[in-house]
Amino acid sequence: MAEVKNVLFAGVGGQGIILASKILAAGLIKAGYDVKMSEVHGMAQRGGSVTTQVRFGEKVNSPIIGKGQADILVSFEIMETGKWLDYLKADGKVVVNEFRIPSAPILVGKIDYPEGILDEVKSKATTYSFDASKIAAELGNIKTTNVVLFGALVKAMGLNDIDWEEVIRETVKERFIDINIKALKLGMEQL
Amino acid sequence: MKKFLTGNEAVAQGAWEAGVTFAAAYPGTPSTEILESVAHFTDIKAEWATNEKVALETAIGASVAGARSLAAMKHVGVNVAADPLFTIAYTGVTGGLVLVSADDPGCHSSQNEQDNRYYAKFSKIACIEPADSNESRDFIKEAYKISEEFDVAVLFRMTTRVCHSKGLVELGDREEFKMIPYVKKPEKFIAAPANAKIMHPKLEEKLKRLEEFSNTTSLNRIEMHNKKIGIVTSGVAYSYAKEVFGENASYLKIGFSNPLPMQKIKDFAKEVDTLYVIEELEPFIEEQMIQNGIECIGKEKIPRVGELNPDIIAKALLGEERELLVFPEEKIVARPPTLCSGCPHRGFFYSLSKKKDIMITGDIGCYTLGASEPLNATDTVICMGASISMAHGAKQAFVKNGVEKRVLSVIGDSTFFHTGVNSLIGAAYNNSNIVSVILDNRITGMTGHQQNPGTGFSLQGDTTNQIDIPALVKSIGIKHVVTINPLKLDEVDKAVEEAFAFEGPAVIITRWPCALKKYSNQDIKEFGSLINKCIVNEDKCKGCRICTKTGCPSISFDKETKLAHIDANTCVGCEVCLQACPFDAIEKVGE
Repeated sequence: MAEVKNVLFAGVGGQGIILASKILAAGLIKAGYDVKMSEVHGMAQRGGSVTTQVRFGEKVNSPIIGKGQADILVSFEIMETGKWLDYLKADGKVVVNEFRIPSAPILVGKIDYPEGILDEVKSKATTYSFDASKIAAELGNIKTTNVVLFGALVKAMGLNDIDWEEVIRETVKERFIDINIKALKLGMEQL
Repeated sequence: MKKFLTGNEAVAQGAWEAGVTFAAAYPGTPSTEILESVAHFTDIKAEWATNEKVALETAIGASVAGARSLAAMKHVGVNVAADPLFTIAYTGVTGGLVLVSADDPGCHSSQNEQDNRYYAKFSKIACIEPADSNESRDFIKEAYKISEEFDVAVLFRMTTRVCHSKGLVELGDREEFKMIPYVKKPEKFIAAPANAKIMHPKLEEKLKRLEEFSNTTSLNRIEMHNKKIGIVTSGVAYSYAKEVFGENASYLKIGFSNPLPMQKIKDFAKEVDTLYVIEELEPFIEEQMIQNGIECIGKEKIPRVGELNPDIIAKALLGEERELLVFPEEKIVARPPTLCSGCPHRGFFYSLSKKKDIMITGDIGCYTLGASEPLNATDTVICMGASISMAHGAKQAFVKNGVEKRVLSVIGDSTFFHTGVNSLIGAAYNNSNIVSVILDNRITGMTGHQQNPGTGFSLQGDTTNQIDIPALVKSIGIKHVVTINPLKLDEVDKAVEEAFAFEGPAVIITRWPCALKKYSNQDIKEFGSLINKCIVNEDKCKGCRICTKTGCPSISFDKETKLAHIDANTCVGCEVCLQACPFDAIEKVGE
């Protein structure tokens, strides 16, 4: 793969976005790629947006991309998908968690949660959407939402030949290994 | 061996390899993780300082004593440390001294976006800029060699993207750096006027030698490819330029940027047809090139505001417009940061927001969010420690001009130790009739829970002296000092009214741990633990929405049922909403 590939993760603070990007980066390094990763998490712990970017290829220069350059957008929350769609390539793919986290203006009843976002996204880009949070909750821990989505990403990007189970074993805490491997498999099955 | 590290982790690794023995910092995004990473190396004595000036001064002390030392801070922190910086330039160093400045183009988490390369030029010290994690490790090792060889402090300028992005870094072993034996040298290290006058011309000579070095060092590297376009660039902007132009351009990558390698730049300029200068924020390199009569294209095309990326450069210099998938803006609702569920600042700001005729001066920390919707409490936020001094100044102006306005300032515990304490001493000394509120959440919350002199723990988590804030405040002459629980709204209300009724400076300390804090044994003893949750009794809820005015992210208003709802997953049972509800419709469960 001579060309550098760009993955953009987007969501809300606390959704495990940074861990998902770490797992991705670790696997790609193992597979021999040059990898750069960048995160923005300034005030994220306080309910703000979080994004990370992972870039991989033979040689990666910039740790970040501009608009219109992501090969895939993995969105952990419906509204965030719209916010970051202009970062996607014209022929890019989207993986969306069909899950809503209302922001402050919505919580106080000032504005409604916007409807029709998914339809809009689907009309513009190849979109795989499913309720990863529900799958994770049924598995017994909603916090594995990130790995369910990660499984879908692996499938969408055709990165199946990397041993992700091994990467998960090396990255997550021991008592969470089994549930995360299950989450990975369920995520991969969504596509 | 290679490891996947952030720029901050790589700087720590490089400092360890360079044989550094002492490192100090005050936490500030994006620099915080430098000291947190240094702290893992037990060969280095690493500590949190009360502010950046103290961090730099202690590092200077270690350098004068003969050790390699490091001070790390964010860009605005260098403003605080500027006083010793300008004089250490005169005296020089003994052991190598590096000041890491982590700038924040794009204001990801800062009040401005200043370009601290100017500090290196202004104070007349060397400046080194890495472009990625690997260079962060390599260049800091070079920085120590240069610092000792030229007897100069080095400003190591990083930016958010270098600090917080990860790349593969080659690891090395720790160098055997033996401390330089201490010798008393008053003529070198006493910056009294008689000595300073002699030091200044020596420094100018040193800068000339540094410029010669700048022209020859491999830190300033030429990469010749296509000669139609030549690019002079530094820091992460090099990575962006490389991304856009690849081998279709030649590069002069500047890693050592003060003094600039002007001869090298001139020679490079002659080799290429069109010369671009690609740098983030200010035209630091470009201005000096123009002064030297070198024709170039820079800020007329490249924005001087905000963070760069490859896309901005491609658009600016190549006119490349990418086809974008545009999403309708009206469908996007903002996601502003909010005070967390159970944040101890919420109750305080909620009570305060209902008071009239108050000017509230705020400070830098999580509680800056007290200025946001729906609390809208704070009137101004400028810089760390400014809340109390501004309140004092405002009060003097109001009194002198016969304006009836009550003035109150808010400041966090760590920020109080940072520079607030000086301001409070000033207010006490000048007998200012203001109320100063120290929001003590028992940790440095904003940057992710660093210890401070009020917590009783060191950077390494060892037990240490704990500052008694009420005793400290009393000792500087404040007569009215009360400590309250900010989650109890009537307590807050009573304390604020009593403090305003008091003639002279009054201090309120709100004491309750950050909602995200891992409680220490002392915390458990003092505060117990909030394990219950609040719920809405739907029979009693009138849908008045007063509870949502507290701004708690766990509370939402359901437009269909016209009732309030509390999310059981995130509620920590702080009871602020329960007290705010006029219909007793919020109850505690699990008791």
